[in-house]
Amino acid sequence: MNSILKVDGLTKHFPGSKHSLFGKRDVIQAVDGLSFEVEKGEAIGLVGESGCGKSTTGRLITRLLEPTAGKIEFNGIDITHLSNSEMRPIRQDLQIIFQDPYASLNPRHTVGTIVASPFRIGGVPPEGGTKKRVQELLEIVGLNPEHYNRYPHEFSGGQRQRIGIARALALRPKLIVADEPVSALDVSIQAQVINLLKDLQTQFDIAFIFIAHDLAVVRHFAQRVAVMYLGNIVEIAERDTLYSNPKHPYTKALLSAVPEVDPDAIGSRERIRLTGDVPNPINPPSGCRFRTRCWKAQEVCASSEPQLLTIGKSQVACHFPEK
Amino acid sequence: MNKFLEVKNLSVSFPTEDGVVRAVDNMSFSLEKGKTLGIVGESGSGKSVTSLAILGLHKGSSAQVSGEILIDGKDINAMQENEVQLLRGNLMSMIFQDALAALHPYYTVGNQIEEAYLVHNKVSKSVAKKRAIEMLDRVGIPEPQKRVDDYPHQFSGGMRQRAMIAMALSCNPSLLIADEPTTALDVTVQAQIIDLLRDLQKEFNTAIILITHDLGVVAETADDILLMYAGKEIEYGTVRDILQKPQHPYAWGLLTSIPRLTGNPNKPLAAIAGTPPSMISVPGGCAFHPRCSYVSQVGQSCSSSIPELVPVAQGAHHLVRCHLDAPVRGEIFKNQVAPNL
Repeated sequence: MNSILKVDGLTKHFPGSKHSLFGKRDVIQAVDGLSFEVEKGEAIGLVGESGCGKSTTGRLITRLLEPTAGKIEFNGIDITHLSNSEMRPIRQDLQIIFQDPYASLNPRHTVGTIVASPFRIGGVPPEGGTKKRVQELLEIVGLNPEHYNRYPHEFSGGQRQRIGIARALALRPKLIVADEPVSALDVSIQAQVINLLKDLQTQFDIAFIFIAHDLAVVRHFAQRVAVMYLGNIVEIAERDTLYSNPKHPYTKALLSAVPEVDPDAIGSRERIRLTGDVPNPINPPSGCRFRTRCWKAQEVCASSEPQLLTIGKSQVACHFPEK
Repeated sequence: MNKFLEVKNLSVSFPTEDGVVRAVDNMSFSLEKGKTLGIVGESGSGKSVTSLAILGLHKGSSAQVSGEILIDGKDINAMQENEVQLLRGNLMSMIFQDALAALHPYYTVGNQIEEAYLVHNKVSKSVAKKRAIEMLDRVGIPEPQKRVDDYPHQFSGGMRQRAMIAMALSCNPSLLIADEPTTALDVTVQAQIIDLLRDLQKEFNTAIILITHDLGVVAETADDILLMYAGKEIEYGTVRDILQKPQHPYAWGLLTSIPRLTGNPNKPLAAIAGTPPSMISVPGGCAFHPRCSYVSQVGQSCSSSIPELVPVAQGAHHLVRCHLDAPVRGEIFKNQVAPNL
């Protein structure tokens, strides 16, 4: 068995608001029946627009949220409903990097304390002393090891993100969930962090779940990409297959909406303009959830929900996939 | 030639406890009606401060603004606050990045569009409401008669952005400043808003200043690009000049560091080293020199003197602020940059 993570029918429903005293509470179907696997050392990208459930998925996998249904198997162990204390030893292999480098570091702790916290919480003092290991980690992520006594506010956004990365690396995890790790950074800093993450992934053979809304960024990082829409995976394929031959209409529309930097290429590209916005996850459309914005939608799309099926080299959930 | 907007030697500085911050330093540019200028730069480079100066929004703050801002020949910077007020919304208008913060949560969307229209037109409230519905319809809000009475929180992110565009355009302004109008939006909605702005520009012949950090968005909308770094314009030219034949090392760095949908995804991105400078202590000489890989080709002057903004070639409209000699720069571009574009 080579997979580090197996997710089967993962579902998360959040309770919404109540409209009357004895009325039923709304149910926000943030993630609805996700199934996928991550191989050891593999980088998988999770893309989609805001509200599609990609961050919720990341938090479910790291067990920061309790799943409503489904099963999460990490490294052969069923972690779906483990308690906090049971999760603790497992977290040494399962880490997360957050989007906002300003909110995810405690402003009252020095960088040394922050990066050393996994050792303290996990109860696993590193060989050769904590300070030495922290300085090593800072060096690995491209920060000055002498800065371990400084506070987060003394660092820029890109540097803070590196601190978060050092913390995630501390216990040499087998899987890191990176939730929009570069979207809060300036363009010139984004490239530095993407390169760093990619180096670390190959150097330490860590599996990554890279969550992002930027398709070009994901293309530079992931070997396999899953596209999400309203809580479902609509397409999952090897990177080159997905980008060169998208099978789901939504994937196709998403790719065509990315603005083109080369002025000469703008006219030559096929443009698909979706109308309207993503529907409300409290009351998602029946059948295929994308049908309300899809130009190919027919009656069958409203009546039956398409399953994720293998077509060519991709897995697609669509009644009328692209050739 | 008669330029609709002409900015000459604009400087904006803010006195702070740590010293004077020169947020914008000696900027000059111009814009014709029906054209779009993209101002591109990273956070803190002075893009937004420039746009606020054009709208006269620094008046009454501690900011010191010098230089001329000529719109249709009238100098905004020399005017009194109440004179500029008459032009704001009417002659020039602005849309902001965060539509939820820019719209008032207590008033309906219709109210807010009507307010802008009533300030500049002597009409009854019912006429103004009709105008609001007409504008909402024009920017693609479904069922505008019904939605006009909705509050901002009842709109989705993309619809709020549309409502703000409707508000900004309700008085047919000749100049529209769009400050990161699509940054907070999803790609599919971003594409819709870009299309909408382009259509509206054709219809109303509006001059647009588009402020963004996204080179893809400028490539799709702008005619000219002004690239800023640490409060200075460092390169200025047409979209094709800047994106296909960039001359400044910072422009090279930016263009090669963005991940694209084409090109080799297995090759590491050519990132720019270091971080943007703090505006309190801008490096001496060329502000970019601590991050520049070509300093060794020039020597001392990069850290001691600020390069002039000069034409790339004799008589060219493409301007660049860099100490590299033109032939050397051409060589570097041909051999090291162009293959990575």
